[in-house]
Amino acid sequence: MVGERATPETIESIRKEIGADKGFAAQYLGYLKLIVSGNFGRSYYSNRDVLSDIAAKLPNTIKLAFAAMAIAVPCGMTAGMIMAYRKGRLSERLFSMISIGGLSLPVFWVGLMAMLIFSLQLKLLPPSGTGGLRFLILPAFVLAVPALSSLARVAAATIEETMGLPYVRTAKAKGLVPMKIAAVHVLKNALIPIVTIIGLDFGSYLSGAVVTETIFGWDGIGRFTMEGIIMRDYPVIMGCIITCTAVFVIVNMLTDILYHYLDPRIRFHGQDR
Amino acid sequence: MARIGNVYFLIVIFIFALSLAAPLMPLHAPEKIDLDSLREPPGLNHPFGTDHKGRDILSRVIYGAKISISVAIAASSTSCLVGSLVGLTAGYYGGRIDTVLMTIVDFILSFPALLLAIAVSVVLPPGIYTAMIALSAAGWTSFARLIRGQVLTIKELSFVEAAKAIGCSDARVLFVHIVPNCLRVGFVMIGIKMGGFIIAEATLGFLGLGVQPPASSWGAMISSSRAYILTAPWTVFFPGLMITATAFCFNLYAEKLKARYDLGAIKNSV
Repeated sequence: MVGERATPETIESIRKEIGADKGFAAQYLGYLKLIVSGNFGRSYYSNRDVLSDIAAKLPNTIKLAFAAMAIAVPCGMTAGMIMAYRKGRLSERLFSMISIGGLSLPVFWVGLMAMLIFSLQLKLLPPSGTGGLRFLILPAFVLAVPALSSLARVAAATIEETMGLPYVRTAKAKGLVPMKIAAVHVLKNALIPIVTIIGLDFGSYLSGAVVTETIFGWDGIGRFTMEGIIMRDYPVIMGCIITCTAVFVIVNMLTDILYHYLDPRIRFHGQDR
Repeated sequence: MARIGNVYFLIVIFIFALSLAAPLMPLHAPEKIDLDSLREPPGLNHPFGTDHKGRDILSRVIYGAKISISVAIAASSTSCLVGSLVGLTAGYYGGRIDTVLMTIVDFILSFPALLLAIAVSVVLPPGIYTAMIALSAAGWTSFARLIRGQVLTIKELSFVEAAKAIGCSDARVLFVHIVPNCLRVGFVMIGIKMGGFIIAEATLGFLGLGVQPPASSWGAMISSSRAYILTAPWTVFFPGLMITATAFCFNLYAEKLKARYDLGAIKNSV
């Protein structure tokens, strides 16, 4: 900060200025105050304001997360429904194996392999960079793989459980069209755990983004975190992790509120816990 | 599928045993740099090829299994131990202690798990123990919740009441009467979580936060070979294949465990 030839007085005055002369507790309290007031400090290396950098990069990450969600939710739901309605058949076993496989794939490896095949060999899509739809496809797909698999498994389990409930049997006994039972009676009631897992998956998008964005050079908050880690740029790392956690908590809160509309049986009481 | 689950467990045991017995096998030394055979494609001498420093990938992959699997085992055992202690205390004493401990669990759960592991390993000096601690830091919460639920049910049973009635101390009730009844659930949960730990360990390694070179962990191998993916794809392909295969076997075994022990808390954890 001051170079090698600083006098002890200069160092002391700077220590005083940034509050390093106070105790740990006081320093931490000061840090918390700054965080709450929206001051994440400046990067050690670029000396840029961390918060404004995050604000510039966060929309890119959100865009990527939504793109991944747009792939994961319809595909995962379809796979889940196939697994539930074709229980015991070959297609169920096949999809079950595939979904476990999807959960077992490391995101970074899928990313590199997808890049190798689709960008470097077939030259269909750009290997890295931030930009329009063509740049979005590969990272979004890679990010969607684990989320898609876990969603498919949870969807299958809940739909199967719901299908065994008495009101579904009643609906069948009434002679309703199977499609109508599937859509109205089963799916609507199976939605709560499914929405939960979609909300929780948002967290996996955020931490998956660290890897995916680094591989595909997507200029979002995940790559920013990784740059911070490599440079040991602590204000950047702290800022990114606080932001991601905040986004994750907010998304989960929204999911909780959504329950209220999905299932009127769930009401918010103060004394639940 | 549930019935053949054990086979997958045996495959993982086999991979691990292979890595332990690796020094006895006719393999190239995993850390031996051979500048005469840089990035050789898979062939007779090097079945999986060589990397950018001429190191034999087959041998590095096998030696890497030891690190990757043992970090995953260590991390899941630590998670289980810490989580169980918290869960036991919270479930047994209830009341305010329960509220405080479970609030801490909720607090930890509010971080995306991998992000928390990354944050922890950034603060600590990188290495095998850091990887373990980082994974446990995010992993213990599910054990705490599971064991707490278990204890809540067990402590209402009559044998616990009887033990209390004849004047057993809290410690004796906990460790002699309650803990043995939680052991199985704990072990089942370890089995279920292993696949996730393998992948998380590899991801930390890939980000350069796990085991440090020249030791070979699967994630780190991929990360150091990334730059050569176009000219030598096998340097990236084989370590990744090993991660996937191991995690796949663990996850299939987990399916078997989930099917056999129908525990609410376990069933809903992916």
